[in-house]
Amino acid sequence: MYVRLRSAASLLRSVLLRLCGLVLTLLAVSAAIFLVIDVLPGDVASVMLGTSAREDTLAALREQLGLDRPAHLRYLAWIGGLLTGDLGQSVTYSSPVATLIAERLAVTAPLAAMSLALVVLIALPLGVAAAASQDGPVDRLIGLFGQIGVAVPNFWIGLLLILAFATGLGWLPAGGFPGWGAGIGAGLRSLVLPAVALALPQAAVLTRIVRTATLDVIGQDFVRTARAKGVPGTVALTRHVVPNALVPIVTILGLQLSFLVAGAVLVENVFNLPGLGRLAYQALAQRDLVVIRSVVLLLAGLVIAVNAAIDLLTLAVDPRLRRSR
Amino acid sequence: MLTRLSLAAALLLALPLSAQAAPKTTLAIGMGVEPTGLDPTIAAPVAIREVTWANLFEGLVKLDSSGRVGPLLAKTWEVSADGLVYTFRLQEGVKFHDGTPMTSADVKFSLDRARAPTSTNAQKQIFAPIDAVETPDASTAVVKLKQPSGNFLYFLSWGDAAIVCQKTAETNRATPVGTGPFRFKSWARGDRVELVRSPDYWGAKPALESVTFRFITDPQAQVAALKAGDIDAFPNIGAPELFADLKTDRRFTAVAGNTEGEIVAGMNNAKKPFDDVRVRRALMQAVDRKALVDGAYSGFGQPIGSHFSPNHPAFVDLTSVLPYDPAKAKALLKEAGYGSGLSITIKSPQMAYASRSAELLSAMLAEVGVELKIVPTEFPAKWIEEVFKAKDYDMTIVAHAEPLDIDIYGREGYYFNYRSEPFRALVAEAARTPDEAARFETYRKAQRLLAEDVPALFLFQLPKLGVWNAKLKGLWESTPIPSNDVTGVSWSE
Amino acid sequence: MRPNLRLALGGAVALALLVVALVSLVWTPEMPFTRVRIPLRLRHPLAAGLLGTDHFGRDVLSLLMRGAFSSLSIAVPAVAIGACIGVAIGCTAAMLRGAFDTIVLRIADVVFAFPAVLSAIMLGAALGSGPAPATIAIAIFNVPVFVRVSRSAALQVLAMDYVAAARAVGRSAAAIGWSEVLPNIAGLLVVQATIQLGLAILAEAGLSYLGIGVRPPDPSWGRMLADSQTFLTQAPHLAIAPGVAIALSVLGLNLLGDGLRDALDPRLRR
Repeated sequence: MYVRLRSAASLLRSVLLRLCGLVLTLLAVSAAIFLVIDVLPGDVASVMLGTSAREDTLAALREQLGLDRPAHLRYLAWIGGLLTGDLGQSVTYSSPVATLIAERLAVTAPLAAMSLALVVLIALPLGVAAAASQDGPVDRLIGLFGQIGVAVPNFWIGLLLILAFATGLGWLPAGGFPGWGAGIGAGLRSLVLPAVALALPQAAVLTRIVRTATLDVIGQDFVRTARAKGVPGTVALTRHVVPNALVPIVTILGLQLSFLVAGAVLVENVFNLPGLGRLAYQALAQRDLVVIRSVVLLLAGLVIAVNAAIDLLTLAVDPRLRRSR
Repeated sequence: MLTRLSLAAALLLALPLSAQAAPKTTLAIGMGVEPTGLDPTIAAPVAIREVTWANLFEGLVKLDSSGRVGPLLAKTWEVSADGLVYTFRLQEGVKFHDGTPMTSADVKFSLDRARAPTSTNAQKQIFAPIDAVETPDASTAVVKLKQPSGNFLYFLSWGDAAIVCQKTAETNRATPVGTGPFRFKSWARGDRVELVRSPDYWGAKPALESVTFRFITDPQAQVAALKAGDIDAFPNIGAPELFADLKTDRRFTAVAGNTEGEIVAGMNNAKKPFDDVRVRRALMQAVDRKALVDGAYSGFGQPIGSHFSPNHPAFVDLTSVLPYDPAKAKALLKEAGYGSGLSITIKSPQMAYASRSAELLSAMLAEVGVELKIVPTEFPAKWIEEVFKAKDYDMTIVAHAEPLDIDIYGREGYYFNYRSEPFRALVAEAARTPDEAARFETYRKAQRLLAEDVPALFLFQLPKLGVWNAKLKGLWESTPIPSNDVTGVSWSE
Repeated sequence: MRPNLRLALGGAVALALLVVALVSLVWTPEMPFTRVRIPLRLRHPLAAGLLGTDHFGRDVLSLLMRGAFSSLSIAVPAVAIGACIGVAIGCTAAMLRGAFDTIVLRIADVVFAFPAVLSAIMLGAALGSGPAPATIAIAIFNVPVFVRVSRSAALQVLAMDYVAAARAVGRSAAAIGWSEVLPNIAGLLVVQATIQLGLAILAEAGLSYLGIGVRPPDPSWGRMLADSQTFLTQAPHLAIAPGVAIALSVLGLNLLGDGLRDALDPRLRR
């Protein structure tokens, strides 16, 4: 009883510590983003007013946008706004940044979810199958898939998919997004190819991890015992092996989220999807700093937070980690 | 009885009509670039005008497809003999989309707002000659100028001079309110803007009930959307390489018109070796404009010899002044002291037309012993800082999309660093000449002067590659100012 | 795949990549590789040159060969810079432990969590065009990888008896790091560097697809793919060749890395 209480207390302590660390990290990241963006050459006033604009016109717009205030005040205003949920107004889109992000998330979030699901659906069976037939022909074939998968850039997969399924067979749209207003089906159809392009390389990575993790667990005593007791191979795999291999797999999946998010910028460009990545890309081109900083912070923060959550999850699952970390 | 019979007859007659599908009254227009905001009076991007101008917002006057000024919100006008007083008689019964009647007070407000010190109008200089706007009565506006402005009426046809409502001016960027035949319905950012027919429009009712502008950047996707019928018309499709295919497709009308964009490779005229006109002429003669158009724009695009849009009535074709002649180019370079070669850089924006042209220029100049190094320069942000403002460049390449902008070569401190007093005198003369014929003649002289002096390499006019459903009528092949005027568009059948 | 075969195949591909890159400096099928031939534009493979021509009528094979050089000219320095900085920090962290170690790991995590492509685009916007921003961006993302690898390997070495012995005779930390730790982790670092090189080639392709990287007319595989996109229906071959080149190079380097690892430490084989 006493031991359990203490371990609960220590769990709480490490949770709190990590949360503090998370907040500090996010603050540091926000400062870094602000600094980098602030030194970018070019200003949004010139972009908006074009080449005929006179200097006094530019100055008027800068003043209107509050760009003439010192940097630290603008940073504080941003952070203050973040805490109250007001991300400011996009200059180029004439719309609240929060609304813009929400609209773009409606594309990027389903895209990331679809590709994450695809990653798991491809990698889990392949990885387990490879482990089950260790060094056999199936393992070799899956190994080859893994090798090729990690070597192929996702935007090229995107191009090939367009060649095959859009311009070739004409089954799926080559790009663009009809909007959810056009129906769930139409929306999902235009996300299929990008999701596959995003998922394949990551599935290849995860397949290898799943295989290794499965092999690790298979080698452990309790599985051998189960097998010795006459539990059939597949049952042993699904009942004992896979659940125990989940911790390393989930950890890698968390990391993969960062690759999916980063990859989304490229793939959204290939498929011309109005997602977060494209928003950041376009806002950067137009020096709409108010938009870029919040989008980049959101993307980075998402990855950091997910990794922290997975950290905590493994901590809860595996108490041994608490001391060693 | 008789009435009943005739009613029945009318019904019978009407039957085949209604059985035949009524013509479509919706239109989906595709554009490659999404507008940044929807108020043409506070920002420069062309896309804003392509959605709103003539459709949602209107000005006092309007250009027809040949570039001539005609009436719009101003029924008639008189110009005083000295060219200093413009008296506009406004249309009666015009209402803004929010129901507010449009009066001379709105005209005064709009013009005063555009020229105010705090104004962020991208073309503020066109309002600079205004001294005062007076409103003797609700349907008369009198604009007094400080000095004569030959193009004043023409300038009033630009989106920058839209007449806006005092109550809603500040919110026009996101929820525009104008006097046009279409009113704003919604804007899904990153995707589309929807306009619907305004029920109480003052003028002729357009045939269309609603217009949706959809933004599709990728040319492949543009074509796919056209072929799938998701988009009815692309006034300017982004990929010339796909346009040839569409021309042979009978489902579509495909017309190559001209935009207002001259693609020119600007040179830093204050810097060696570009301060020597022989070098500039040599570079111009080293360029095979036809091959450039073939390689950079799949053969669409009219080669130009000066800086003037073929859409404008005063245009002259001057491509023969300094034609492609590598031998002559080499000789000129030698004469200027660069017989042993020359190495220069070109800051090239990322847009396909610019980067492709830069690569081709580099290959062509190599043939006459000039090494042209390409420095990709992000447009607009970085290009404006480095080339436009700091003038830190040898050569650059960009499309000058503004209409009637030949005067940029006479502007003090403009990025070409070009100083020619005779040229400045010509544009100044044009600017203060109210008589059209005389003004156009001056513009022709100015074009010739530029063609001889080549402050920039004049390459080609950015084409307007329009593709639309063959059943659509009334779309403009070329537009003398940025706008996708759909007021006269209808479906046949 | 047998480890020896892996090593041989990977080595062969990597060598071929290097040879092609170097040869392209002095010879390409079409000389110079930038030659524009408008009348020959968009020819299919064998209709003009082995792999056809691009939208300027340039020979695709020549561009591809020179593209190998472009790719390596960014990937190799990027990994080298990342490795040098990362190993220095990682080894120092392993030897110092304590707060420095914790902070280093935390920062490495954060850098790793950043959306790499976005950061690279921002760097590109800040530093301008050309190979430098791409190289720096890729180097930055290599640093945390080498920090982690070198740190954990160095920790293992530091726990060895002979290091304790060296400490006992009063050798300085720097001397121990230089003469004991580094030689012992070098093999592992070479393996990691090989794999990172593959990833760097992938990253370079991604960045040049977005327009960051070597300047035209120097070709790059990523930009060739970007250019191919508007010609997909007319000239699909333009979208195939550069992608195959990227995939083959990365595959070869990965195989080489795996093979090297197995050769260095047979126990790790699985």
